[in-house]
Amino acid sequence: MTTAIEVRDICKQFKLYTEKQTSLKERVIRGGKMPYTPFWALQDINVDIMQGETFGILGRNGCGKSTLLKCIAGILKPTSGEIRVRGSLAAMLELGAGFQPDLSGRDNIYLNGSLLGLSHAEIEKRFDEIVAFAELEDFIDNQVKFYSSGMYVRLGFAVAVNVEPDVLLVDEVLAVGDASFQRKCLDHVKKFQREGRTIVVVSHATDVMRQNCGRVMVMNHGKSITIDEPGEGIRVFLADLLGVGTLEGSESGGIEGNVLHIGAVHAEHGGSGDRMHLYPREPLTITADVDSLAPVPNGMATIAIHDDANELVFASDPDDPSYAVDIPRGGGIVRFHFPEVPLLDGTYSVSVGVRSATETAIFDWKDQVTKFEVANPGRSTGRVDLPLDVTFRLRSSGQTGEVPAVGAEFSPLALPGWEQSTA
Amino acid sequence: MSLGIDEPASADSEPERPTVIGGSTRFVPGQSNDRITVVNGKVQLGQRLVDLWRNRDLLLLLTRTELKVKYKESALGYAWSMLNPALVLGIYYMIFKVISRTQQPHFAIWLFCGLIVWNLFNNSAQGSTTVVVGKAGIIKKVAFPRELLAISTVGVAVVLFTIQVGVLIVFLAAFQLTPDWGSLWLLPMALVALLVFTSAVSIFLSAVNVYLRDTQHLTEVALMAWFWLTPIVYPFGQVSSHLAKYHLTWLYLANPIAPIAMTFQRVIYNQTSYIAAKNNPGHAVTPLLPAYGDGWYALMIGIVFVVSVVLFLLALVIFGRLEGNFAEEL
Repeated sequence: MTTAIEVRDICKQFKLYTEKQTSLKERVIRGGKMPYTPFWALQDINVDIMQGETFGILGRNGCGKSTLLKCIAGILKPTSGEIRVRGSLAAMLELGAGFQPDLSGRDNIYLNGSLLGLSHAEIEKRFDEIVAFAELEDFIDNQVKFYSSGMYVRLGFAVAVNVEPDVLLVDEVLAVGDASFQRKCLDHVKKFQREGRTIVVVSHATDVMRQNCGRVMVMNHGKSITIDEPGEGIRVFLADLLGVGTLEGSESGGIEGNVLHIGAVHAEHGGSGDRMHLYPREPLTITADVDSLAPVPNGMATIAIHDDANELVFASDPDDPSYAVDIPRGGGIVRFHFPEVPLLDGTYSVSVGVRSATETAIFDWKDQVTKFEVANPGRSTGRVDLPLDVTFRLRSSGQTGEVPAVGAEFSPLALPGWEQSTA
Repeated sequence: MSLGIDEPASADSEPERPTVIGGSTRFVPGQSNDRITVVNGKVQLGQRLVDLWRNRDLLLLLTRTELKVKYKESALGYAWSMLNPALVLGIYYMIFKVISRTQQPHFAIWLFCGLIVWNLFNNSAQGSTTVVVGKAGIIKKVAFPRELLAISTVGVAVVLFTIQVGVLIVFLAAFQLTPDWGSLWLLPMALVALLVFTSAVSIFLSAVNVYLRDTQHLTEVALMAWFWLTPIVYPFGQVSSHLAKYHLTWLYLANPIAPIAMTFQRVIYNQTSYIAAKNNPGHAVTPLLPAYGDGWYALMIGIVFVVSVVLFLLALVIFGRLEGNFAEEL
């Protein structure tokens, strides 16, 4: 297998000027030198990306992943090091980049295609294909400035994919457009993969990485942290870079002047120790220290779990009497035990509170006091690890009698001609 | 991991490639286009020249785009490109013919010969200062030889030059003047030298203006001075004696535009001196241009050409150095 992209000791320094002054006067005053802070956007990046591989670069905003992609594309020049790219290359850093609003769609296809390295004859050959893909047959001679943003994006993507490069660089552009357009993009990415082209995707979205990439490089502060399979890469990304784990009980949200206080809150799970995350469906225990200056009758412990988008994932039943207990002076330790956590990738924060079971009074509430993280070694994505059993019963082709042994029950929801059942 | 040798596979060999799944027949890993692109911090002059040649289609397209965008929404369109030179021509004609009462025959043609040369240079140099800055959107997102942007301003100027040459030919026919057919071969030489020199200046200016935005204003002023240092409105013959007195002729001719403009005047205007009839009883001869043969002009053009080529390569190197940080600076 040959390498498609060879990245050797790439470093990139940006000069951060305190105040950007590009006038001659300013330069003369400072004797030609401008004060700047050096910022290393990339430090000693080394990677070999094989032909036909779909390679992901994962990292937070500002970690240097886009800079690396721009260096590979040749838009930025590395300060030191060398990148060798085999074959033709097209970068989709922004759809429709380089469109001239005053020109017609037709002229822009030629311009954009040429910028991506096609000759005039090659564009001519693919012109109809591009227009059909963009679904712009009726508007191709209109000026691009009259296009809707959707049309603009479609045209940009149509040109970029029809360049048919050996190496395609994609920078989170798949996140734009409506659902059907996104599917079109993904279909094309899949097609490129089937054809054995090399694709480099840059994103901070772990599910994009998991679904599409063969290998993932995780970056932080301009350095490559790890290059591994997506599951492990994403785990490293979540564990090392998002700083998850057990946070000692912070004072946020404490209610002043109350007799009851929640102290330290801990998350315990199978992954405690050197593995800082849990796998889906592993048990999880949250313990909270509760201090009480006076006896609290009918105290009820509640727990809520939010995901990293601050969406509520779970909140305990506020009316379940079995959660209530008379808390004596001195308090105790509350233990919330989840026998299994059917969640997929993400960082989840835990809020713990104690309220009165009979009144609306809240004795104490610790908002998002600790976090736990789930890393899925498999390829399924989403939020919830729903129990799933898939059975496919093929319609027997003209034969009667013998029925496939799986999924014998009839399902009214089955598609015509198909029978499926879930257990 | 062998990234060693290029196996040049041209587009012509496409039909021989086997078909691939997925409907596309254009791509076969390892076979299609095994060109290796190297990205590093160095400036590879040879590679830049190759890339420029490879992207000549893009140059045409960028030039066409510039022109289209420039005159798109205007009713008069390309007529505007003639309005400015026509006005300049008219003003100088008024000043020198009507007010200063120059005796020079067909003074308008004389002016025109120098002006078309100057306009080509002036339009490119002026346009190039803003072309890279103005195309920040493309530069930040697409990789291509960015020098083409600067050269495309030369392309635009060449198109306008062609239109002006057309008008000049009409003028010549109207005044029933004939160029010096025997020396006509000097013109293509002069034009090539002019294009190389203009490209060099444009490439240099386009890159420098990214870092020093003063360049565009400085260029404007400098071009104004440069115009009057070039024998366009006044003939070389009127300054040559003064220059010779101070031994500065060589310095004056070190301006590459001067010999080029003089060649155009020599060939098209086809007169190296004139005899003023009125107000000049002695029938004194007023010199316009050096009365040397074609060889002298060819030599001057040759020197300009060689110097321009060196400047062009130098401009490419400077551009390459500065280009590395375009995407950050813009």
